Amino acid sequence: MTDEPLLRVSALSKFYGSRVGCENVTFDLWPGEVLAVVGESGSGKTTLLSCLSTRLLPSSGTASYRMRDGQWRELYRMSEAERRFLMRTDWGLVHQNPADGLRMTVSAGANVGERLMAVGDRHYGRIRATAVDWLSRVEIDEDRIDDEPRAFSGGMRQRLQIARNLVTGPRLVFMDEPTGGLDVSVQARLLDLLRGLVTDLGLAAIVVTHDLAVARLLSQRMMVMKDGRVVESGLTDRVLEDPRAPYTQLLVSSILQV
Amino acid sequence: MATPLVVSDVAKTFTMHLRDGVTLPVVAGVSFSIRAGECAVLGGPSGAGKSSILKMLYGNYAVDEGQIIVQHGGGLIDLASASPRTVLSVRRHTIGYVSQFLRTVPRVSALDVVAEPLVERGEDREAAREKARALLAQLNLPEKLWALPPATFSGGEQQRVNIARGFITEHPILLLDEPTASLDARNRDVVVELIAAKKAAGVALLGIFHDLDVRDAVADRVIDVTAFAAGKIAA
Repeated sequence: MTDEPLLRVSALSKFYGSRVGCENVTFDLWPGEVLAVVGESGSGKTTLLSCLSTRLLPSSGTASYRMRDGQWRELYRMSEAERRFLMRTDWGLVHQNPADGLRMTVSAGANVGERLMAVGDRHYGRIRATAVDWLSRVEIDEDRIDDEPRAFSGGMRQRLQIARNLVTGPRLVFMDEPTGGLDVSVQARLLDLLRGLVTDLGLAAIVVTHDLAVARLLSQRMMVMKDGRVVESGLTDRVLEDPRAPYTQLLVSSILQV
Repeated sequence: MATPLVVSDVAKTFTMHLRDGVTLPVVAGVSFSIRAGECAVLGGPSGAGKSSILKMLYGNYAVDEGQIIVQHGGGLIDLASASPRTVLSVRRHTIGYVSQFLRTVPRVSALDVVAEPLVERGEDREAAREKARALLAQLNLPEKLWALPPATFSGGEQQRVNIARGFITEHPILLLDEPTASLDARNRDVVVELIAAKKAAGVALLGIFHDLDVRDAVADRVIDVTAFAAGKIAA
């Protein structure tokens, strides 16, 4: 366990005109820790994720990231090129819709290999071998390596997107509803796969989801958002078993029992 | 003897915001300590707050008042006010917990469910599996089940997986929430033996046992939870 966090977020706010996207969000994330951000549509969780992954600039507040060399960098003061480099190497971003995170008209192998080339690998044989290895880790048969993701099912596309993100060995992965839009049986397999990868690789992750079961399975810590604000945060099992904020109690009591 | 766990003046009230903010006081003035090598049992009827106390000690429930002092990593920490990260570290290294029901994860084998707490503490996976095999054998779980995910197991089989998972580590404090509830006589005896071995190893145990035979066999002391009834203090 490291004694320094990986990401420090302080009083982050994003306004759209006078409308609140997210307001005054503060938290630290440590290496190997999975934080779930839950809340219903419009609660600001996706705005928060977009700000953290620097696809959106906040209206106020700061976020600092500890680089591989141990230096702290203020995310919103980095140049566009530096942020893009971070995104290609040290970070991953898993979109809800795999089509947003994949190149649909190049092969599965190239989708994975492209990220490796972005970090400077030029050896074709090695790139292909790594791609094969990663496809097998996300349970895609080797003989599909030359197929385009267009020909893949939704669950396979999502697994491919995960492989594409993890191949460069990122330290921090952002996930936006990673199991949204998938069949329940496909969801279970994907969650189980994600859980294994996150543990084995010691990844830190921020997972945005409206599904409390996903939060329970993947995260150690949870933030509940409503109307752009964090209404409750804490250990995931504590928040779910002993919800204290009125809104969290409503969310937890709305879970369907099977 | 060392005192790894000291609970003082702990209180817990549930506020039901969906029911117009009605409050349900559960316990108040909870004070006790557990010594190393001792097994204390929480006694009292259903609804007295026994499980709530265990859940506060493990961080599943927030603590409204009071302190829970734990010897952790060479120092003392107050679990009642600890950060989530500290609570996770305490769970990994200091306090183990055997819950009433196993929370299963799809596709993970019984053997790996049991070995996982050791792997989390940095032990080699194969060595951890070896210990898991020994414990599952001791608990008479048929070997053909070891490679299967426990979701489809019977209640008693799941409970034994759960017990093995809780007993595999060398946590200095172990919380037990009715570990023998769905076990037959032979396996209850195994659990009694496991508890005796933990006591001999200097572990501080706190448990809930409705089975009187098991309770009499393992308890050094019964802590009467009705003494902490929240109504009493309020009245």
